[in-house]
Amino acid sequence: MMKKSIERIYLLVIFLFLYLPILVLIVLSFNDSKAKVVWGGFTLRWYRELFSNTAVMEAFYTTIFVSLASALIATILGTLAALGIDAMRGRGKAIMLGATNIPLLNADIVTGISMMLLFVRFTRLGLNTVLIAHITFNIPYVVLNVLPKLKQSSRTTYEAALDLGATPLYAFFKITWPQILPGVLSGFLMAMTMSLDDFSVTYFTKGAGINTLSTMIYTEMRKGIRPEMYALSTILFMIALILLLFMNFRPAARKERKNP
Amino acid sequence: MRNLKRQLLAGPYILWMAGFILLPTLVILYYAFTTTSGNFSLLNVTSITFSVHLKALVLSLKLALSCTVICLVLSYPLAMILNNMKSKSQGFIVFIFILPMWMNFMLRILAWRLLLSNNGVINSLLGALNLPGFDILNTPKAVVFCMVYDFLPFMVLPIYNAMARIQPDIIEAAKDLGAGNITIFFKIIVPLTMSGVISGIIMVFVPALTSFAISDLLGGGKVLLIGNVIEQAFMQEYNWNLGSGLSVVLMVFVIASMALMNSHGDEGGGTFA
Repeated sequence: MMKKSIERIYLLVIFLFLYLPILVLIVLSFNDSKAKVVWGGFTLRWYRELFSNTAVMEAFYTTIFVSLASALIATILGTLAALGIDAMRGRGKAIMLGATNIPLLNADIVTGISMMLLFVRFTRLGLNTVLIAHITFNIPYVVLNVLPKLKQSSRTTYEAALDLGATPLYAFFKITWPQILPGVLSGFLMAMTMSLDDFSVTYFTKGAGINTLSTMIYTEMRKGIRPEMYALSTILFMIALILLLFMNFRPAARKERKNP
Repeated sequence: MRNLKRQLLAGPYILWMAGFILLPTLVILYYAFTTTSGNFSLLNVTSITFSVHLKALVLSLKLALSCTVICLVLSYPLAMILNNMKSKSQGFIVFIFILPMWMNFMLRILAWRLLLSNNGVINSLLGALNLPGFDILNTPKAVVFCMVYDFLPFMVLPIYNAMARIQPDIIEAAKDLGAGNITIFFKIIVPLTMSGVISGIIMVFVPALTSFAISDLLGGGKVLLIGNVIEQAFMQEYNWNLGSGLSVVLMVFVIASMALMNSHGDEGGGTFA
C-alpha cells in the first residue's frame, strides 16, 4: 500500500516535470499581456500575429517540405538498400551493417559541419543542401526498420511464386512487399520525426534566408522571445499529440504490440 | 546470379553514403590537419590544450556526465514502475512519457528559459509565496536541467524496453528458490536490463557532450561548452581549420566513450549468459 503511493507520487513528479513547461507555454499563448507572468485576459491575438508572420509561415512550410521529402526519398533509398543488404552474406553484410550505424552514433554537430565543408566546395548552401543532409541522416532509420521485417518474411513463398512463373517484380509486390510494409512505414515515420526535430545539421547546412522552424526559433530566441512563439508551441504540441495518438492507437498498432 | 542482382539494390545507398558520409569525413579531416594556406599542421588538433578550449571540454564532460547520471537515476525507477503496471492503461502511460519528445527541441528550451528566468514563472510563484527566489538561468545548472528534460526519454525508453523483455517466469523461479526482492533486483533485473542502460547512457551522453544550442540559449554566453567553441569557430571567426580540428577531437571523445560503454556492456551480458 505504502509502496503503491510512493510509486504514484514519483510518477506524478516526473509527469509534472515533463508537462509543466509545456503547460506554461500553452497558457501564455492565450495571455493578453506581453509580460510573462501577468495574466492580462484571454486573447487569440498571438495566433493571429503568428499566421500573418510570413517568416514563421515560410519556416513552417520549409519544415514540412524538408521532413516529408527527405523521409520519402530516404524511404525509397533505404528500402532498396535493405533489400540489397538482406541478399548479402558474410563480411560484405557486416561492413554494410556497421556503416549504417555510423550516422546514428555520430555527433550531430560533426555531421552538420562535415557536410557543410563538402557542400561549400561544390555548390551554394540552400534548401537543396538541407534536403541532402536530412536524407543522409534519415536513411539508416529506414534500413534498420526494414531489415528485421525482411528477415522475418518467408523466402520460400517468394521462391515458390517464381517457380510458378511470376516475374521477380510481380512476386516481390505480391509476396515480399506486404510483409515488409509495416517496417517501411515505421521507418518513414521515424525518419520524418528525426527530420522535424533536427536543429544542428540544418543549422550548418542551410543557406542564408532558408529557415526551418528549429533554426528560426533559435534565431528568434537569441533576439528575445515574442509571444507568437508560444502560440507556435501550442500548435506544434497539438499536432504531435494528434499524430502520436493516431499512430499508437490505431487498431493495427494494437495487434502488433500484442504479438511482438 | 539472382542474388547478385538483388545485392545491387544497395548500390544507390552505398553511393549516397560514400558521397555524403565518407567524403565529408575526409574533408573535415583535411581541414583539421592543414593550415588556412593548405600546409600540413597539427596545431588545429593540439589547440585543444589551450586553456580556453580545455576548460570548455572539461566543462562539457562534467555537464554531460551529470546529465547522464541524473537521467539514469530518474529513469530506472520510472521504467520499473511503468513495467510493473500490468494494466490496460500501460500503453497510454508510456505514450505520455514519449509525447514531450515529439515537441520541437527548440521549443522545449524556450519553455525552460521561461520557467527559470529571473522574473520567470517559478521565481514569481516563489515570490508570491514569500519564498526566496532561485537564480539559475545563465549558469551550468540551468543547462543541465534542460539537458535532462530534453534527453530523459532516450534513457527511459531503452531501459523500459529491456525490462519489458524479462520473462516473468524467471522472477517466479527465483522466488520459488527463496530469493528475496533485493536478490531478485540485483541478480536478475539489473543484469538483464544492462543492455538497455548502456544504450540509454550512450544516447544521453553523446548529445549532451556535443550540444551547443542549450548552453547558448540558457547559459547567456557564460557557459561555454566545446560545442559552442566549435560553433563560434565556424560561424563567427570563420576559422574552419580550427573548428575542424576541435571537431575531430570531439569525435575521438565520442568514439572513446562509446567504446568504453560497449566493452562494459559485453561483460555485463556475458557474466549472466
